Amino acid sequence: MKRNSVVAGWLSVLCAGLGQWYNRQYAKGLLFVLIHATGIYFISTILFSKIKGLITLGEQGQHLEKVGKIFKNVPGDHSIFMMIHGVLSVILVGLYIVFYILNIRDAVAVGRKRDSGSAVKGLNNDIFPWTLLALPIIGVLFFTIMPIVFTSLLAFTNYASPNHIPPKNLVDWVGFDTFNKLFNMNVWADTFTGVLTWTIIWAVLATVTCYFGGILVALLINQQGIKMKGFWRMLFIIPYAIPQFVSLLIMRNMLNEKFGPINQYFRYFGLEGLPWLNDPFWAKVSVIVVNMWIGIPVSMVLVMGILTTIPKDLYEAADVDGASPWMKFRNITMPYVLFATAPILITQFAGNINSFNVIFLLTSGNPATMKYNNAGQTDLLVTWLYKLTLDFNQYNIAAAVAILLFLIIAVMSVLLYSRTRSFKEEDMIQ
Amino acid sequence: MKPRILFSYLLLILIAIACVYPALWTILSSFREGNSLFSDTIIPTKWTLAHYRDLFVERVDRKIPYATWYWNTLKVAVASMVLGTLIQLLTAYAFSRFRFKGRKSMLMVVLILGMFPGFLSLIAIFTILNTLNLLDSLWALILVYSAGAALGMFVAKGFFDTIPRSLEEAARIDGASHSRIFVSIILPLSRPIITYISLTTFAGAWVDFIFARAILRTPENWTLAVGLWNIIDSYNSTEFTLFAAGCVLVAIPITLLFMYTQRFLVDGLTAGASKG
Repeated sequence: MKRNSVVAGWLSVLCAGLGQWYNRQYAKGLLFVLIHATGIYFISTILFSKIKGLITLGEQGQHLEKVGKIFKNVPGDHSIFMMIHGVLSVILVGLYIVFYILNIRDAVAVGRKRDSGSAVKGLNNDIFPWTLLALPIIGVLFFTIMPIVFTSLLAFTNYASPNHIPPKNLVDWVGFDTFNKLFNMNVWADTFTGVLTWTIIWAVLATVTCYFGGILVALLINQQGIKMKGFWRMLFIIPYAIPQFVSLLIMRNMLNEKFGPINQYFRYFGLEGLPWLNDPFWAKVSVIVVNMWIGIPVSMVLVMGILTTIPKDLYEAADVDGASPWMKFRNITMPYVLFATAPILITQFAGNINSFNVIFLLTSGNPATMKYNNAGQTDLLVTWLYKLTLDFNQYNIAAAVAILLFLIIAVMSVLLYSRTRSFKEEDMIQ
Repeated sequence: MKPRILFSYLLLILIAIACVYPALWTILSSFREGNSLFSDTIIPTKWTLAHYRDLFVERVDRKIPYATWYWNTLKVAVASMVLGTLIQLLTAYAFSRFRFKGRKSMLMVVLILGMFPGFLSLIAIFTILNTLNLLDSLWALILVYSAGAALGMFVAKGFFDTIPRSLEEAARIDGASHSRIFVSIILPLSRPIITYISLTTFAGAWVDFIFARAILRTPENWTLAVGLWNIIDSYNSTEFTLFAAGCVLVAIPITLLFMYTQRFLVDGLTAGASKG
């Protein structure tokens, strides 16, 4: 009596919907047959050739052709169009295959239910969450998944100005050439290692300064004997409340070498002003200091939240034992705060690697240098890839940098997750 | 007073000055006569409101359509707030309340995709929109802001998880449909989380520079972030007082919003951190 599931399963393999039909779910069967038919129709007519286009990326670019007696510019294949269409087609075919597999599984499952004699449920019960999710899924598919796929593909092409910009020219697959260029070709390799090094130095310095700055400020406010704690806290949170692009553009003006107020004060005291944003070294100092201004309030708020969770009885016990304020600080407050905020350190580090606003709005990656290709002295990987995309049309290099950057961040996140798990299991603090 | 406390107060005052000074300086500059960055005194010798008026008057010799920028920013922020909040609520509700096939694996996908920093996909979004000739439209920007909203649904899901199921079951016994339950029971109960999500998406769209600059190409379509950046970048600080006035008008609503919801946002921040 276990026939139904097998028969329904094989019928559905033969043609989607037949199994459902066999299971006497006629409406569902009809729907599946229709989806199957449209699927096959579109794959054979359009999608197949589009996918072929994704592989070839076009045969001929814009070219001159003799029409009658004169040569005319004839539009050729547009590689990027073909790529977009190709990726879309692959996604559609993928969806179709998923549908087919689900159809077989459904037929088998329903068949099994019939075999065991239990009631067959209608279609409606399972479908409501999917109607809720339809819009979000489409959004994520087109604006998150497809861009990720597309970026990964771009890194393996030669899509870059000046020689490979459609519609004038074709774009071709070049394998790992782009990465090779990035690691081994003189100027590109110099730029990449230079920018990468500064990115790491920046991320470490920015994280450490903001983290310890935040702890210091929080402890400063939280000392016994300081009055109006709420007032100070609100005052110090102001930098966090102002939109970043506004405060950063203002800072850029304040640090202006000739007319900015900072240098004006220096001169007021009879000192020579400093080239805050124009000298490679001082530009780096400036971005880190400005980043402290922006980042310390966040750490401060976090640490102040943690300080309130330290059990009071720990301090009372310490008082009974006759501990000095310094000992209480060293042996209770500090370990507690460090332990509780350690996971945040990694998140902030990963965030600082991608800290676009501070660099781009403050220095635009400048001061410029001859040593680098399309990058300045304070450029991070993210600002560099932004410029490569928008200003210099070096899409393939930008895509390769994006992939590498993602790998770095992914490794950090995995590290973070495994770390926090170990923290949770350790149970050091009750 | 103990010297330690005295010293602490001194430090606090110094930090306070550092925190407030840039904002104060900008506000004062926006009331100063003339247009230069340089001034002899912090407090303007001659006060004027001309710059604020200037922002809303078009002049031929410079392209600073500030009112248009403000309007664009408002449109983009409100539209992405509505769309983004809706998407996020729907996703969170579906994952929180229903046990459907493939739920576990979809949750995993959301978690992994959420790790991918949004703007690394900028290259692809830019080239795709560029090739399809869809750049330079506010709608493209709104779609980019709100389409990925589903990935940030974990806060809302956590909130929905805390709403007792017995409420819905009672309603279901009374014959309410799925959509009726969502609209009449869940939504009214989730006012705080809706406020939180809409405020953060609104603020996010209001202050974003990265995508706005990539997608919007002509000055008439710019948002405030791109416009103000451009004043500094292309006028090289020669229109500084005007820029300062522009900054004040951008920052005021968002700063007030922040101060008003401070407790709320700070709680969210710490909650997210300890979840880490």
